[in-house]
Formats: sequence, C-alpha cells, structure tokens
Amino acid sequence: MSNPDPRDELVDHLPAMRAFAMSLTRNSATADDMVQDTLVKAWTNIDKFEVGTNLRAWLFTILRNTYYSSRRKAKREVADVDGVFTESLSQKPDHDGRLQMADFRDAFAQLPDEQREALILVGASGFAYEEAAEMCGVAIGTIKSRVNRGRAKLSELMHLTDDDALELTDDATMAVVAARVNGALR
Amino acid sequence: MAQDHKRPRGKDTIDANLKRVYEETLQEDVPDRFKDLLAQLKAQDSAKDSGGGTSK
Repeated sequence: MSNPDPRDELVDHLPAMRAFAMSLTRNSATADDMVQDTLVKAWTNIDKFEVGTNLRAWLFTILRNTYYSSRRKAKREVADVDGVFTESLSQKPDHDGRLQMADFRDAFAQLPDEQREALILVGASGFAYEEAAEMCGVAIGTIKSRVNRGRAKLSELMHLTDDDALELTDDATMAVVAARVNGALR
Repeated sequence: MAQDHKRPRGKDTIDANLKRVYEETLQEDVPDRFKDLLAQLKAQDSAKDSGGGTSK
C-alpha cells in the first residue's frame, strides 16, 4: 500500500516550526538551529510517528524537547534580553488600538518559558488545551493555569487595566486558578 | 467549559497580539537551508532504499 509519506509533509510545517521555535528562543539564529535539529530528528524517527495523528503536534513536541534539553545543558544561556527577537521581526506600525507590538514583545519576552509556550500553543497556533497538555507532558489543568497566568501577567505588563478592566474578572480567575492548583496538589 | 466569563477581559487583545507575533514569523520565507536539508535527507534515504552500495 502506498500511504502518503509523512516526510513529504515536513516542508509544510516549516513556517509553523520556525514561529514556535522563535517564540521559545526569541533569537532567530537559535530558533533556526533548533528547527534544523528537529527536522533531522523527525526524519530519522519518522517510524515513531503514528500516521493519522497530528504531525504538527508531533513536530512541536520534538522541537520543545530539543529546546528544553539544550536549555538544561546550557544552564542559563544568555537569554535574548536585548531583544533580538524584537528586532528581527520588522516593526509594523499597523497597531489597532493602543497596543504597540514592541510593548507586547517586551512583555511576552518577560514571561517564563512555560507560560510563553502555553500561550503560543493555545492562543496563537490554535491547539486545544488537551493537545497542548499532551505535547508538554503535563495535565490539562496545568496548561490552563499557565495560559491564565501568562495572560494575567501580560495584561499587567501592558497596563491593560483601564478599559479592558480586569477588576470584574480577576478574582474569579484567581479563584479558578487557586482551585486548580489546590486540586493538583492533592 | 462555560468559563468564558471568568477570563481576563484583555484576553482578546492579548490573543490578537500573540497571533500577530506568531504570524509574522509564519509569513517569512523559509530559509533555503531547510529545503536543502530535506533534499539531502531524501537523497540519503533513496540511496539506501535503492539498495545501492550501502557503505554501512
């Protein structure tokens, strides 16, 4: 039988892999090196991919494993504090509303890796909480709480508190997060 | 789920920004090095598959 070879589809996922890698590393050279490693790993381990499952999720899983193992190795390699990530993405002044992309990127770069990752997976790449949880090897509740904490932190950093006020919802969100955390500890 | 009302209000703004950051990289041209790499990997495999003189 001639099933379509998933290796032929790798090329279609390259832009998404680069975008995800960029959001993790915030440095385009490091991101592309990671994508390259991921491609080689994916190619040589393609027999471990279950045909019919989500190839992009599988690739993202390899990518994040690559990232976290290199991060562990390099202990605390200099993060991109100076904003290579910010600079490498050309400034586009088409802001709708009052948010500047540069402010957003600065704020985003300040989040812990785990929150950045969860936000990108769920908020930008459109994975379900369940898929993101599986990719990150954690419980769904953990992903939800990372996303919530990430959003809350971004709101705070970007002073999104005037008209998009948090006051009505913040307590409720905190209660939900607290309940989940407590639940997870039991 | 039914917890939409419990999310921070800034969520839409934040998600719009997240998507924009993500999509900016998505829309970049993929560097040639990746296509070259895939071509290389493919060439290696087809050399193996065709049962040619496998050196290993």
